[in-house]
Amino acid sequence: MFKSIYKYLTDIFNGARTLLTGMKVTGYYFFHPKEIITQQYPENRDTLKMFDMFRGEVVLIHDENNEHKCTGCSACELACPNGTIEIISDKAIDPETGKSKKVIDTFVYHLQMCTMCNLCILACPTDAIKMAQTFEHAVFDRSELTKVLNRPGSKIMAGIKE
Amino acid sequence: MNFSIYDFTEFIRSIHFWLTGIFSPGLADVIGLAIIGVCFLLFVTLLGLSLVYVERKVAAFFQQRLGPMRVGFWGTAQTVADIIKLIFKEPLVTKNSDKFLFNLAAFIVLIAPFMVIGAVPFAKGLHALDFDIGLFYITAVSSIGVTGILLAGWSSNNKYSLIGAMRSGAQIVSYELSVVLSLITIVVLTGSLQLSEIVASQSDGWWIFKGNIPAIIAFIIFIVASTAESNRGPFDLAEAESELTAGFHTEYSGIRFAFFFLAEYVNFFIIAAVGATVFFGGWMPLHIGNIEFFNNAMDVIPPVIWFFGKVVVLLFLIMWFKWTFPRLRIDQLLTLEWKYLLPISIVNILLMSLVALNGWHL
Amino acid sequence: MSNIFSLISDKDSKGTSSATETQEYFVNMGPQHPSTHGVLRLLLTLDGEIIRKVEPHIGYIHRSIEKMCEKDSYQQIVHLTDRMDYLSCHMNNEAVCLAVEKGLQLEVPDRVKFIRTIISELTRLSSHQLWWGVMGMDLGAITTFLYGFRDREQITDIFEETCGARLTMNYNVPGGVMFDIHPNFQKRTKDFLKYFKEKLPEYDELLTGNVIFVERTKDIGYLSKEDAISFGVTGPSGRASGFACDVRKKDPYSAYDRVDFKEIIRTDCDSFGRYKVRIAEMYESLHIIEQLIDNIPEGDFKAKTKAVIKLPPGEYYQRVETARGELGVYVISDNKKSPYRVKFRSPGFSNLFALDTMAKGYKIADLVAMMSTLDLVIPDIDR
Ligand code: SF4
Ligand code: SF4
Repeated sequence: MFKSIYKYLTDIFNGARTLLTGMKVTGYYFFHPKEIITQQYPENRDTLKMFDMFRGEVVLIHDENNEHKCTGCSACELACPNGTIEIISDKAIDPETGKSKKVIDTFVYHLQMCTMCNLCILACPTDAIKMAQTFEHAVFDRSELTKVLNRPGSKIMAGIKE
Repeated sequence: MNFSIYDFTEFIRSIHFWLTGIFSPGLADVIGLAIIGVCFLLFVTLLGLSLVYVERKVAAFFQQRLGPMRVGFWGTAQTVADIIKLIFKEPLVTKNSDKFLFNLAAFIVLIAPFMVIGAVPFAKGLHALDFDIGLFYITAVSSIGVTGILLAGWSSNNKYSLIGAMRSGAQIVSYELSVVLSLITIVVLTGSLQLSEIVASQSDGWWIFKGNIPAIIAFIIFIVASTAESNRGPFDLAEAESELTAGFHTEYSGIRFAFFFLAEYVNFFIIAAVGATVFFGGWMPLHIGNIEFFNNAMDVIPPVIWFFGKVVVLLFLIMWFKWTFPRLRIDQLLTLEWKYLLPISIVNILLMSLVALNGWHL
Repeated sequence: MSNIFSLISDKDSKGTSSATETQEYFVNMGPQHPSTHGVLRLLLTLDGEIIRKVEPHIGYIHRSIEKMCEKDSYQQIVHLTDRMDYLSCHMNNEAVCLAVEKGLQLEVPDRVKFIRTIISELTRLSSHQLWWGVMGMDLGAITTFLYGFRDREQITDIFEETCGARLTMNYNVPGGVMFDIHPNFQKRTKDFLKYFKEKLPEYDELLTGNVIFVERTKDIGYLSKEDAISFGVTGPSGRASGFACDVRKKDPYSAYDRVDFKEIIRTDCDSFGRYKVRIAEMYESLHIIEQLIDNIPEGDFKAKTKAVIKLPPGEYYQRVETARGELGVYVISDNKKSPYRVKFRSPGFSNLFALDTMAKGYKIADLVAMMSTLDLVIPDIDR
């Protein structure tokens, strides 16, 4: 009888003690607002820097002369699991050798289908493409997600062989 | 008109005289009541808006977040924006639901807290209804709300709602007992159910300090049981969102949903108000015995501030529970009431009677 | 007095028959329900609040990953597995890569093994952190959810810096890993270890010890060892039923044979046991990472492979221990550049179907707790 009453009371006190331990944890954070981890995103745009490995979208690297390294070999197109990349290539006469040669006409990139898996970057023999760190991809019209990566008037850098 | 922040009796009386001076006595009464009604309507709306905001902020701070920050300064207008959104939303009614009861339920749920709030003494003289059975009135009327919940669950034609409503019914019926018993523990000391008298009896110290150990036990039981009675976490089984999606108000949308939401927060306020009145002296400033200079210093702070300060502290305490603990299961909930709270409160009343008889309290 | 108490004692939760006539009814829990964590549909047969039968209906998020694998090259398959059990994406990737490496009889450099093991354990930690948060939330303690996410954020930062993504990292390639580890990786990981060692006791204070939590999970969802084995319940859920099924111990891969860690086995067989196993596993994961992080050997981060991988004809099976249990990858090759057939033995699928056995006779609220402790990820079940 007394034993059960004793157990009844200790149960209550132990229960209350465990509850208070929990309240101590949350209470600590309430009274230490310095620990708040929220980042206010659009406001902190200026200071928000993504890690340089972050994969945001595929871009074709252009230098200051509007030249890129893509030979139009479509290795990236083959490596892509999702059919995200479409290489439309053209034939052009090489001014030096006079032979006809494959050049890139349009590099179509369907951002909406890209899973950022990086396989195209690994596949590219000339390191012509890379991953950019942009992440604000929301648009109002889906067609805006289909991008042409080679800039108008750009041409291939000299000395890049397939 | 002599207005004093410390004593509203004169102020209210002068309004009354002013009204009777213009209108016939019958009309003056009706207009007086209408004014009071409008005041409470405004008060309840403001209360709902601010409590929702405060709760969201407090929850955020417990969780290392900032909470609403976008609308207005530090998100202060967030709840206003939410209400506007709710008003413009389509009030859906489910197929095959009992439309009349479905609509009625939302109102019943809101009526109960309105009736209760009139009996709460906000400050000296600022008191709409001062019955001699005030405490009894509060406990009786506040349980009308459960009818609304049961009706909502029944009329929604949704099994989740029904389960939620049934849980809620069982819960409120059982926890009502502990709430009343814990309040009676203090009534043993005051000897009166009139709220103004209960407050007046604490002019030389609050019952939680004067009433010895039984008062503290009664206060803990009151907080636990009344949290459970108002369906707040960790006792929010009726709307347990991880089990029953939203429990009894699953099918409510738009402004009807806002009614449930508002009622929940007004109930929340009422718990804290009753707790503050009975255990912490209501609007009575902190007085210690007959230490004159201390008592006088405390009297400088207006009673309204004392009242709301105490309410805020209690609200914070209840929020603290809610944002820390997991939810109980229905059978554990009932076990807690019938196996722990109820026997303890009965023993506690006995203890308190002993204390009162022997004059062990201060 | 005593018979009043016995009326509402715990025995009642098993559901004793009463004199009044009652009728069972059905409730569809899901596909849209807050605690099925995705599009899982459970057809519940209820008697009041007591569960008589649980019938899982799956397939709402089926994306035919296995079929898609048959048209993809071996490199491409890897990134699909990210989308199965997204919380243990690295282990899924690793399983495919190990299977391919087995087929090619390719020995990967030690550095790769170490990196893979560390990232696997970090993934396991992040998965368990999320699970802990969600577990609390399912039981109504929403704060735990945010705390779990807070700690997980540190790990996703490590991933982002080294692997380039926070969730679907696709860090493995057949033969190694995609990039070498970032120069900051070791420092960041050590900082995290220090940080998380301080935070982990909070988990215990907030939930493990909490009397409400213990009451909600102790002796709930009983799954005996026999049932666990016959349903193929693996991972922490199986180990809580006393079923020693840790692939890291039984069939070590990567660097698991070089580290010292305990296989957590409990015999409570209930929800609380499953909870405790995962909490203890977090400590073990920290221990494993500690042993490896300073000893990553120098060397290549990738063994040389051909650009087009063709496995010799045959069947290859590789299993790994993900955060949810044993993931098996079964590849049949017919010497083409894509596999003839790929089959994944996903842990979530087997674990889910033990739910009916576990849940019978308990209440709806218990079902939610049980599902949490099984740690279901729906895309893993449906694939
Ligand atoms: S990142 Fe992957 S999905 Fe995207 S374009 Fe490259 S290969 Fe295709
Ligand atoms: S980006 Fe690289 S892989 Fe793709 S077509 Fe150009 S050169 Fe070839």
